[in-house]
Amino acid sequence: MASGEVADRLGIVGAGKIGTAVARAAVEAGYDVAISGSGPAERIALIVDVLAPGARPLTTDEVVRHADLIVLAVPMHRFRDLGHDLFEGKIVVDAMNYWAETDGADEELTKAPAGTSTVVKAWFPSARVVKSLNHLGYFKFEKARRPAGAPGRIAIAAAGDDREAVETVLRLIDRLGFDAVDAGGLEAGQALEPNGRVFGAGHTAEELANLVSRETVPS
Amino acid sequence: MASQEIEFGLDSFVPLSVDESGQELSGDAVIRNTVEEAVLADQVGIDSFNIAEHYRQDMMDSAGSIILATIAGRTSRIRLGTAVTVLSTQDPVRVYTEFATLDAVSNGRAQLIAGRGSLIESFPLFGYDLTDYEELFEEKLDLLTRLLRDQPVTWSGKFRSPLTNQYLSPPLPEGHLPVWVGVGGSPQSVIRAARYGLPLMLAVIGGPPVRFAPLVELYKRALEKYGYPELKIGMHSHGFVARTDEEAFETQWPHWAHVFEGAAAERGWARPTKARFQAEIDEGSLYLGSVETVATKIAWVIRLLGLSRFDLAYATGRVPHRQKMETIEMYGREVIPRVRELLAEPADEPAPADQSPATANAGASSG
Repeated sequence: MASGEVADRLGIVGAGKIGTAVARAAVEAGYDVAISGSGPAERIALIVDVLAPGARPLTTDEVVRHADLIVLAVPMHRFRDLGHDLFEGKIVVDAMNYWAETDGADEELTKAPAGTSTVVKAWFPSARVVKSLNHLGYFKFEKARRPAGAPGRIAIAAAGDDREAVETVLRLIDRLGFDAVDAGGLEAGQALEPNGRVFGAGHTAEELANLVSRETVPS
Repeated sequence: MASQEIEFGLDSFVPLSVDESGQELSGDAVIRNTVEEAVLADQVGIDSFNIAEHYRQDMMDSAGSIILATIAGRTSRIRLGTAVTVLSTQDPVRVYTEFATLDAVSNGRAQLIAGRGSLIESFPLFGYDLTDYEELFEEKLDLLTRLLRDQPVTWSGKFRSPLTNQYLSPPLPEGHLPVWVGVGGSPQSVIRAARYGLPLMLAVIGGPPVRFAPLVELYKRALEKYGYPELKIGMHSHGFVARTDEEAFETQWPHWAHVFEGAAAERGWARPTKARFQAEIDEGSLYLGSVETVATKIAWVIRLLGLSRFDLAYATGRVPHRQKMETIEMYGREVIPRVRELLAEPADEPAPADQSPATANAGASSG
């Protein structure tokens, strides 16, 4: 069912604000994009048609089969609805943010001494988890995309322990229209979370690289 | 949409406020002040006054229907509603009885916005599980619309006891108690509003309003899909009116900063700065400034998104009562008539990047 080369395929699990914004950007960047919400593909067909034309609405299982690179963008309080081995061997971009005020008090995520992505990684032990695409609001993400080398291009960081997976995500970031910054291991993804130093603001690659490295130095 | 048909409302969270010496007022005094604000809104020609629902120490809007009933007894014209009813954690039967009664005492002036709520303090408070969020809202909206549209109701669901041939009193005359669905940006919520054939209320509390344009398109397409005619679309945003842009800025800034300092600590948002405040005024979702500035921006956003209703959440945070009264007076007597005037003028050709009120009205604001 998939067309395109494997490297040009992207799967997105979650058809909310972030999921559809990433889908739109990825279609424009030439990816063969499949996206799922909860339940049957029909439920999100109209949303995808209007908000991310060119992407294909599928079920979550089909999205996982479609691509080796998957963006996970469901509400944080719903990721445990997904099976532990759903993403076996896949690169999973954790684009989720934990908001106690909208996700409810979640003890494990609140404490998460090494960041919420390590909790996600523990839930999906067979997945190659990379934290990224979460630290810009969806509107900024949408508006700030620029071709490589364009003046004023801002950056998005990625953090993960699987270095090859991080490399793949850095290429995705660049193709989506941002300079890509390697933030280090998965624990360094804490810098990208709400309350982290880089959250919400648009930084150049140099600024972002500095902020991310500052964050990891114990104070 | 003829400009005369557009509804201009005010929204209040009944926030704890200070008096002009900076002394914090008690909650009960704030509630009585809010009643006075609504009475003034009625006198100066504002179309509706709407109260939100929170269970927080800094907001006194936990039982809006009682405040609205009090306002009903002191006004004759203004529509009275909720800026959001957090339907997920309410019993639709109780919502019906309270607001049908409000409709009776106000002689047909009650209205509702049903939302899931962006904050979630009501879930633990009333014993609901946040993971049921979607299901709760869906089920309760289903029951509420049934109660409004086809009594007697026979209904069963997961979260309350079933109803069999149930009539509720007081009965509502045909077309009374309009219910809007409030959404904060979730595409699935937009689809739901269309599926129920209910008008859409966009809560746009930050950033450029143009980012809601795709959701407006989605709503229209979904209405078509479900076989409904075009329905109204409204928007709720924050703002403040004063004699000059500078005065509005200086009055609102410290209180806006106070609220967002709190949000930064609670929600991990970036800390407030004057630059961000100014950016929200210039191209974001604050309708703040002189009469002309605010009217120009409201007229612009009404055209941009094709709105039939604009609700101003007047004054953010602890702005004193006196200044809120002045804002209400100017909004009703000057801003709204000026918006209607601007909308009666033929629209300029939209600029290619017609995304900020300043550029859209560059030619119109010189007089």
